[in-house]
Amino acid sequence: MKYEAVIGLEVHVQLETNSKMFTRVPCGYGHEPNSLTDAVVLGLPGALPVMNLEAIEKSIKVGLLLGCKIADTCKWDRKNYFYPDMPKNYQISQFDQPICEGGEVEIEMPGDSPAVMGKHRIVQLTRIHLEEDVGKLTHFENDSLVDYNRAGSPLLEIVSEPDLYSPEETFAYLTSLRNSLIYTGISSCDMEKGQLRCDANISVRPVGTEKLGTKVELKNLNTISGVKNGVEYEIKRQIKAIEEGEEIFQETRRWNPEQRYTTPMRSKEMAHDYRYFPDPDLMPVKIEKEWIDRISKEIPEKPFDKQRRYMDDFNLPYSITSALCPDLKLCEYFEEVNKFTKNPRKIGNWVVNDLLRELSSRNKEQTKSISITDCPISPNDMAELIELIEKGTVSNNVAKELFPEMFSTSKSPSSLIKEKGLEVKSDESEIESHCEQAIQDDPDAVEKFKAGKEGAINALKGKVMKATRGQANPKVVDEILRRLLSN
Amino acid sequence: MSSSTLVEKTASELSDLLSKKDISSLEIAQACLTQIDRVDGQVHAFLHRDDTDFLAQAKASDERRGKGNLLGPLDGIPVALKDVISVKGQPLTAASKILQNYISPYDATVTRKLKEAGAVIGGRLNLDEFAMGSSTENSAYGPTRNPWDLNCVPGGSSGGSSAAVAAREAPLTLGSDTGGSIRQPASLCGVVGMKPTYGMVSRYGLAAFASSLDQIGPFSKTVEDAALLLEVISGHDPLDSTSFPSEVPSYTANLSNSQKPCVLGLPKEYFGEGMDDEVRNAVDLAVEFYRTQGHKIVEVSLPTTELAVPVYYVIATAEASSNLARYDGIRYTTRSEKAKNAIDVYAKSRGEGFGEEVKRRCILGAYGLSSGYYDAYYLRAQKTRTLIREDFNRVFKDVDAIITPTAPTPAFKFGEKSDDPISMYLSDIYTISTNLAGLPAISVPCGFTQRKLPIGFQLIGRAFEESSLLSIAHAYDREHKFGCVVPSLVKE
Repeated sequence: MKYEAVIGLEVHVQLETNSKMFTRVPCGYGHEPNSLTDAVVLGLPGALPVMNLEAIEKSIKVGLLLGCKIADTCKWDRKNYFYPDMPKNYQISQFDQPICEGGEVEIEMPGDSPAVMGKHRIVQLTRIHLEEDVGKLTHFENDSLVDYNRAGSPLLEIVSEPDLYSPEETFAYLTSLRNSLIYTGISSCDMEKGQLRCDANISVRPVGTEKLGTKVELKNLNTISGVKNGVEYEIKRQIKAIEEGEEIFQETRRWNPEQRYTTPMRSKEMAHDYRYFPDPDLMPVKIEKEWIDRISKEIPEKPFDKQRRYMDDFNLPYSITSALCPDLKLCEYFEEVNKFTKNPRKIGNWVVNDLLRELSSRNKEQTKSISITDCPISPNDMAELIELIEKGTVSNNVAKELFPEMFSTSKSPSSLIKEKGLEVKSDESEIESHCEQAIQDDPDAVEKFKAGKEGAINALKGKVMKATRGQANPKVVDEILRRLLSN
Repeated sequence: MSSSTLVEKTASELSDLLSKKDISSLEIAQACLTQIDRVDGQVHAFLHRDDTDFLAQAKASDERRGKGNLLGPLDGIPVALKDVISVKGQPLTAASKILQNYISPYDATVTRKLKEAGAVIGGRLNLDEFAMGSSTENSAYGPTRNPWDLNCVPGGSSGGSSAAVAAREAPLTLGSDTGGSIRQPASLCGVVGMKPTYGMVSRYGLAAFASSLDQIGPFSKTVEDAALLLEVISGHDPLDSTSFPSEVPSYTANLSNSQKPCVLGLPKEYFGEGMDDEVRNAVDLAVEFYRTQGHKIVEVSLPTTELAVPVYYVIATAEASSNLARYDGIRYTTRSEKAKNAIDVYAKSRGEGFGEEVKRRCILGAYGLSSGYYDAYYLRAQKTRTLIREDFNRVFKDVDAIITPTAPTPAFKFGEKSDDPISMYLSDIYTISTNLAGLPAISVPCGFTQRKLPIGFQLIGRAFEESSLLSIAHAYDREHKFGCVVPSLVKE
């Protein structure tokens, strides 16, 4: 029998806000343990939560981008459980009235080659709710240490429908969702810093059947590839178990990325009764239509919409847009350059090939990465370089050599060309003497050309270009060589 | 002026004497300490004192006065706080063993407001553990005794706050009221006690019992003093989301506005069975006083009254079960030495640290929220709470205030009700509905039983109309001043 997997994802995203979800303490990563705390974070007697408006706005922004229905009231509930990751022993969350309902994420599966667009599909969302993040526990042999720096940070939980059917789709979903979230500017979604975390609900069923199998919740999927590998393993484990006549239990399992297998964490019987109830410390807040309208004006174009527009409006090839469009800042750079010189295809090539290569090689050298937002080459200079090539002032080869220097010095291409004397030379007498020298040096090529082998002239051109350090105007070289050879 | 005369003065009188420079704040503070030394061995209103800090605050007030930099009428007047209200650097035990070593690192908003008004913050006052009880017998540090009869309870949960004012150990105190915890002990100790409208006084820094019901409020000898203290502690607080954004009128300036006749409602459900005859007579006399003053008395009906106690014990305990979950032995609370693993730390620390009543309520509350029971208990109680609120709204279309007894009986003896939780719960029967409806209410002393135990009546007002409620209460209190009658314990 053939089986298919049915997967739903719960994605947790830390919102980047100035302060925590319910108090004024700043959010942060990598600080001294328990330094980002106060009476509210530590749940001291008498401390009370006050809602962070910025977190609500950012959540609404995500909801609008993903086409969710925004709730008319923002209501808070307490999720009660005893565990040291939350000093109050309850987490403030949203139970029956999430801030966003429904919505969808467009995904793209890999195409036949990197140059070909793959199939697109819409994945349905169930809900998005806001809650406070919990603290971090580190376990040792005899002790466990608690760090409450993360506790109380605003955390968005995005829950998909069981609408993904393979590890590849899961990967595509997560990638697309992450790109969209970064687009809205609500979070950098850095999985290494725990800004984006993921749990998967996985079940399998015989192909062609409707009824869902027993689901297993998979935790500790901390990288995008970890999600793919973990989901892949768990699907295989379940199919194997069923084929061997075993029963699948409803349970929570943990992905072990080093050993690459899943282990049980707790069974359904051990599941908590969270005793949810409305938090009496927080009044429900009305989300007025005017508020939503104002936020909707800040919603960016979705990544895939932008990609389709770039392919249509700028006539860019898929391969360029697929490198450009996942990164909103890169797109902004591209469009900025395009304002100065209307040559989108050339710009696309330079940005995607040369600029990205420079950026990533610098990132490897330095601990602090360079992002496109602090790119040392201004859009104006980038445009100028492309124009200089087009006008023939500088050859393409010279431009390629010049580029890393522009990157490291932030100098404009014209000033660098001048400095280095790299302008294309069209002075005919000088070029003619180099041509004569080339003809003299390579009688073999001359003979072949005269015998009708057109391509032989390229060898002579190469010699002239080498002698002029690439600065000779190729058109002039061609003319002179042909004149001399016809004599 | 002698120390014993000073402690018998009201806060307003002390304020006048201070401004005439007849006395100093230091003298008042010293008089309070002398009185505490004299009577608190018997009364046990205080759980903790920091005399050095107390006297230093009084001296600082005198210096301000010398320089003419007064911060208001409360400057230099001592105010002692129930041991659930945070004062930076002072212990906060909530009368529980589980918090016996906790020092609060921050000021509650009311504490900050008192300091900004120049008040001299006094010691920590006894209560039923985590404000759960009606007799102060549930304190882990021993009960408070009623200054009018040391064999009787002072009421609760703010028994320390009411007894301290009655025993003249402090002119003003603060308590908290979740189901009657200010008004009932005020009534039993013969002082004024007021619960403001929910949202009028910030709860920031008040160790929570039931968040949707808790309010901080004043204790004093007179209604005028209650107005003085309430004026300072009221007002919107951005640190409390349930605090109401409204302007605070000058309660003291509006006190004499009661000259115009108003309509007082007598809810028939409050004058049924279970009420002590002496209480009934005293309250009848107070009602009669208002009638003779030209106010109109009408009978009203609040049919949901009988539902209030059961609704309260579902909602208050549900919230408490969650609010008290933080006292777990992990961070700042006392950890059991017997604990062998994480679950043990929770179970044993809480088992050893909490008293019986707290455990009873946490279990009750958790049960009402459990999956499968939530709809039948918590959700239903919330719906009924709405009905109770609507009941009051309807009655308040026709009346300006509702007048009732504060408690069904005068102070009862130690142990009399402590083995019977239900009979203890019923001592809050007249006060609980107002917390569920969020309304302001005040208990005013209105006489004594033959055995010389105080009796109080309660006035309930419209939400956020503290001004009108205080002026109606003041109209009676100004003429009677039963709160200024001194218990024999103090005179001896």
